[in-house]
Amino acid sequence: MSIIVNEAGKAISRADQRMPISSLLKANMRKIFPDHWSFMLGEIALYSFIILMLTGVYLTVWFKPSMAEIIYAGSYEPLVGIHMSEAYASTLDISFEVRGGLLIRQIHHWAALFFMAAMIVHMFRIFFTGAFRKPRELNWVIGASMFLIVLLEGFAGYSLPDDLLSGVGVRIVAGIVEAIPVVGTYLMFFIFGGEFPGNDFISRLYTFHVLLMPGILLALIGIHLVLIFYHKHTQYPGAGRTNTNVVGYPLFPVYVAKAGGFFFVVFGVTTLIAALVTINPVWNYGPYVPDQVTAGSQPDWYIGFLDGMLRAMPNWETVIGSYTISWNIFLPGVVMPGILTFALILYPFIEGWITGDEREHHILDRPRNRPVRTGIGAAVIAFYGILVINGANDVIAITFNLSINQLIWFTRIGIFVVPPLVFWATHRFCIGLQRRDREKLLHGYESGEVLRLPHGEFIEIHKPISDEEKAVILAKEAIAPLPAPPETDENGVATPGLRGKRLRARLSRLYFGDDVATPTPAEIAEAEHHAHELHDHEVAELESAGKDVPANLP
Amino acid sequence: MTSTSLRRHKATGTLVVLGALLATGVGYAAVTSVAEASAPATAASATLVEEGRQLYLEGCATCHGLGAQGINDGSSYGPSLIGVGAAAVDFQVATGRMPLAAPANQAPRKPPVYTPEQIEALAAYVASLGPGPAIPTEDQYDSSDADLAEGGELFRTNCAQCHNAAGKGGALSEGRYAPTLMNATPKEIYEAMLTGPQNMPNFPDSTMPEEQKQAIIAFVEHLQSGDSPGGFALGSLGPVTEGVFIWTAGLGLLLAAAVWIGAKVR
Repeated sequence: MSIIVNEAGKAISRADQRMPISSLLKANMRKIFPDHWSFMLGEIALYSFIILMLTGVYLTVWFKPSMAEIIYAGSYEPLVGIHMSEAYASTLDISFEVRGGLLIRQIHHWAALFFMAAMIVHMFRIFFTGAFRKPRELNWVIGASMFLIVLLEGFAGYSLPDDLLSGVGVRIVAGIVEAIPVVGTYLMFFIFGGEFPGNDFISRLYTFHVLLMPGILLALIGIHLVLIFYHKHTQYPGAGRTNTNVVGYPLFPVYVAKAGGFFFVVFGVTTLIAALVTINPVWNYGPYVPDQVTAGSQPDWYIGFLDGMLRAMPNWETVIGSYTISWNIFLPGVVMPGILTFALILYPFIEGWITGDEREHHILDRPRNRPVRTGIGAAVIAFYGILVINGANDVIAITFNLSINQLIWFTRIGIFVVPPLVFWATHRFCIGLQRRDREKLLHGYESGEVLRLPHGEFIEIHKPISDEEKAVILAKEAIAPLPAPPETDENGVATPGLRGKRLRARLSRLYFGDDVATPTPAEIAEAEHHAHELHDHEVAELESAGKDVPANLP
Repeated sequence: MTSTSLRRHKATGTLVVLGALLATGVGYAAVTSVAEASAPATAASATLVEEGRQLYLEGCATCHGLGAQGINDGSSYGPSLIGVGAAAVDFQVATGRMPLAAPANQAPRKPPVYTPEQIEALAAYVASLGPGPAIPTEDQYDSSDADLAEGGELFRTNCAQCHNAAGKGGALSEGRYAPTLMNATPKEIYEAMLTGPQNMPNFPDSTMPEEQKQAIIAFVEHLQSGDSPGGFALGSLGPVTEGVFIWTAGLGLLLAAAVWIGAKVR
């Protein structure tokens, strides 16, 4: 035994002489991370990516990224003798001939859906808690870029089997590229190597899907994690937590165990679902043939909002001479996704500019304390939700006996009406919660204990909240909106950039104008002085009637 | 009475014409019924048409008109049934689509109102109004020798764009729809292809020969078998139900696990 230990020790010290392993471990293994379930949403995404790489390698062994036409002679009887591409035939072979192939295919696809869902939920956690603020803006940009890359990566994977469903999706993408004014047609020919569908796009897409995009993702994930390490993890407000400390547990052993265990939970759940539930039954759809289409053709859910935009768009076109600009495809297919991409990536900088906030933040915001940001987030969810519904409008129409035309009109109107309403409601809701927080801090919480006074009046006893809850509420920072800029300085010279500054002050007022002030220490002391659950005259009344005064009075 | 007086009697002409008509009618009916069935059916088919006419007048004439010529006067609408044939009647009534329960974009499938005998009578009456496709016989829609893969190819080319690649049905415009094929019988599928009910185009033998119809029936029967190699099929509705599943059951399980792992140990 001691020989083994000695030999192992020697091996480690030999390695250590060449690489600074022990000092790195020593410095980092005890790094403290705060504990909260919502900090594990990003982990789901990370683990899904690992599962995707593992299963993806297995699939590449048998998948043939070729559009060469062959006649199917495999074991799936309803397709025997049908002409199809090698890509589709090899997908059928993976499903029906390769040992474990169908399970691995389904794990791969379900993991992709998990990946996107987890990324979205993770991003909303970051957004609503303000974790993107200084110094973490760059990590938001990296995360948002990964989200967009995975969107494309998922669509590429969905398209590779060259089945009837995905072929229709690729046809739509070809149409969107063609709709770009002037260069569209050339670009489409460049991407597809000629007219649609051509013989090239599967093999080209394959290179993007298995090599380029996973490589970029891997690099970005590396930077993402290093930055989390470097910045230290944010924490929720609470007793003892400040902007300059991190309260939690060490990486080793606590988080190594938790995260390692969670990886297996994610892998296990994904495998369980893949073993029980069909995903993308390509054999149902048949091979892609440009003159065929199936009712209920949909992209995977994460592309659904783009499809929903396309479906909602009125049929607007401009004809200039012999040239047509298809606004009906260009606006929802190119312009809107572009605007949304910029808004997503730039949000931390936009908010930073409006609030004029230059400080570092390591304590997370409670969503109620930033009503405008929370309202924007809720409105985005409503916007996205309506588009997803419209992307599935034909399936919803047939399932719930609705008219597809009515669903489209619901979308066209709802997309402008519902998000502002949701913003307003969320904003009000947040301010209501802020007021309740202030109330609780000053007057305690409603204990549910009702006391009847001798003269017949009923009163409810309020009790002080716990120190932990006090700390959470008091962690809210009071930020005053930016003052309106003076029109001229003291020498009567007009303020440079007055318009921008005015806009900024106005937006800042929108952000913070309705803020409910956190009680000052003086107010709290004053409230505590008066913080009898019963007023003095009520106590006197009880005592004079010879009743017991509740013992928990201060 | 002499023969001359008989010939000159004023009713003679009428009687002769009646007699001739009767002879021709009975003779024609006898000839045709030889082709269709046995001799006793001759008398039966005449009564069948009459029985069908009675049923028609009670149940169908309100919309389709007393002579089945159709009504389209703005307030009510029913297409003409002259020449639609027995197959159309059999399809519409046996699947419960007719009679309509209420005016709608499209007649939904529901339990049939009429018995098979009554449907036969109705079909015989409508068939008597003008030539149209007859009710297919069993060997016409028998798919046992059909080519399944060819049926799949034909289905994807001709049917999937409305009925969905898995036969689950699909939405059309303004609340109309192509219904699910999961409970359609081979006879109904054949009749539908032959007559093109509601929004469906028809596929007469000139454009789609009988063997192709049989192949399509074989493929639909394969779809109906519900064979799902990958596990639960989630309604075979494609990525929409897959997305709903991942956001509810899938993410729900993982979030529950995250909350469990993230819970403070007390």
